[in-house]
Amino acid sequence: MAKNAKIRGDKLCSMKEAIAESLHDGESLVIDGFTHLICFAAGHEIIRQGIKGLTAIRLTPDLVYDQMIEAGSVKKLVFSWAGNPGVGSLHALRRRSQKDSKSRIELEEYSHFGMVARFLAGSAGLPFWTLNNYGGTNIGDVNPLIRKVQCPYTGKELATVPAIHPDVAIVHCQRADKQGNAQVWGLMGTQKEAAFASQRVIVVAEEIVETSLIRRDPNRTLIPSIIVDHVVHEPWGAHPSYVQGYYDRDNEFYVNWEQISKTPETYQNYLQDFVCGVKNRDEYRRKVGSDYWNRLVKKSRMCEGVDYGF
Amino acid sequence: MASDSKWSTSEMMAVRASQELRDDDVVFVGIGLPNLACNLARATHAPHLFMIYESGAVGAVPERLPVSIGDPALVTDSLSIVGQADIFQGFLQNGLIEVGFLGGAQIDRYGNINTTVIGDFENPTIRLPGSGGACEIAVHSKRLLVIMRMSPKSFVEACDFVTSPGTQFHSKRKSKGLGKTRSELGLPGGGPTTVITDLGVCQFIDDEMVLTEIYPGIEVEKVKVSCGWPLRISSKLKVVPAPGQAALSLLREKLDPQKLYL
Repeated sequence: MAKNAKIRGDKLCSMKEAIAESLHDGESLVIDGFTHLICFAAGHEIIRQGIKGLTAIRLTPDLVYDQMIEAGSVKKLVFSWAGNPGVGSLHALRRRSQKDSKSRIELEEYSHFGMVARFLAGSAGLPFWTLNNYGGTNIGDVNPLIRKVQCPYTGKELATVPAIHPDVAIVHCQRADKQGNAQVWGLMGTQKEAAFASQRVIVVAEEIVETSLIRRDPNRTLIPSIIVDHVVHEPWGAHPSYVQGYYDRDNEFYVNWEQISKTPETYQNYLQDFVCGVKNRDEYRRKVGSDYWNRLVKKSRMCEGVDYGF
Repeated sequence: MASDSKWSTSEMMAVRASQELRDDDVVFVGIGLPNLACNLARATHAPHLFMIYESGAVGAVPERLPVSIGDPALVTDSLSIVGQADIFQGFLQNGLIEVGFLGGAQIDRYGNINTTVIGDFENPTIRLPGSGGACEIAVHSKRLLVIMRMSPKSFVEACDFVTSPGTQFHSKRKSKGLGKTRSELGLPGGGPTTVITDLGVCQFIDDEMVLTEIYPGIEVEKVKVSCGWPLRISSKLKVVPAPGQAALSLLREKLDPQKLYL
């Protein structure tokens, strides 16, 4: 993309176009967001396009990566906590990571802090990051990328992790302009670091707004347009995850997922019906049913705003 | 009614854990029973408990019990929302967390905890979720509370894998620092202090777990056979008082009416 196009260009496109142009077989990907703002719409589109051999990077793979694993999109997982929070296991992953598994996917494992540190190094233009961690554990014993360095000032031994530079970052947000200036409030996870560390960035927004609105509250902009390649308008694109100020987390879905995901048959049926059996997010929303969404709509809690004058 | 004042082990664990928290403590809240215990403490004896969640909520005051650690109710009315880089560096690594709270699949007498795999790491019998923030919480918290149900499978002679460090490093898996203490390993936090189980409470004395409290109606023998090593029993073993009606009502009616954790 030419420099002026990257800064000023209109990058609005469909999810289908954004994924097709950004992500290819064998590449690495981060769909960020911690519990909040997890872009399931992107995960589903990746499955529909049949992209294979991906290295999927996330602190918590969550249901979104588990679905991509079950669909056969993922070759390797780079992660720090793999479960369905408060509910149970990620069953597609579990079926591919134990000694009785027929096939296995490659796992590269850190703690949350280790993953955060990899993104920090990647986003800061540094080759590695130091952290005071992993002493007295086996975590560093099973991951050759966790190494040690001696502090040149104090002599203290510190752990290191290398920078990570995913090919693609997908960041869901409340609102963005067509250039990709993305505004986020509520939990931010490692969205900023993941986006700055990546080669290509897709911003997915609940609402597309004018740049003038972005400029009225610049502290809220987490991702600046100069690092963004595609902008997708995808209302409800994070469901069953949530978007603060838009819709609640669908906890019932996460609880019920345990039964759906436990056997390959019911899991595959779900993917067939709700992922491959629909063309896009609009169809997904219709398929789930128009009555379904009301209970998740937010109850407003506005803040007053601040004075940016001088 | 008599049946109402009967307590379940989950209720006892939540109540006893909440008593470990002091007003104005800065606590790193984990999901599950720790979450319930912290919110119970805040509703009773520790109204100024400063709750930090690894998802980025600082000074959270959730009006509903969060199902996940990143629930939207943790954001509404919080003092501050920060990115996870700030949580793990500015708050945890920088030494601001007084109390950490962990559970696990396996624990040994030194408080080393496994949440990674049962069996061999390369070829696990059961793949567990992994560390999440547990490793760094155990490294950096000034005092670490552990909540786990006791059984010979979970209270083990040696963990198959150590995810979170205890008072001394011991593991079934080979590693460089085996046998070393926290200070020899350069771990800044205080390490595990208390283990709240479904049968009683253990404290660490000379780096080793010792049963110091037992729940009403539980025999010492029952605790011994539920532990995978010869558990030391304190000569001053105390019986924990049954949870009060006020705490039980709070737990059942206000904090966890849907019985997510109880």
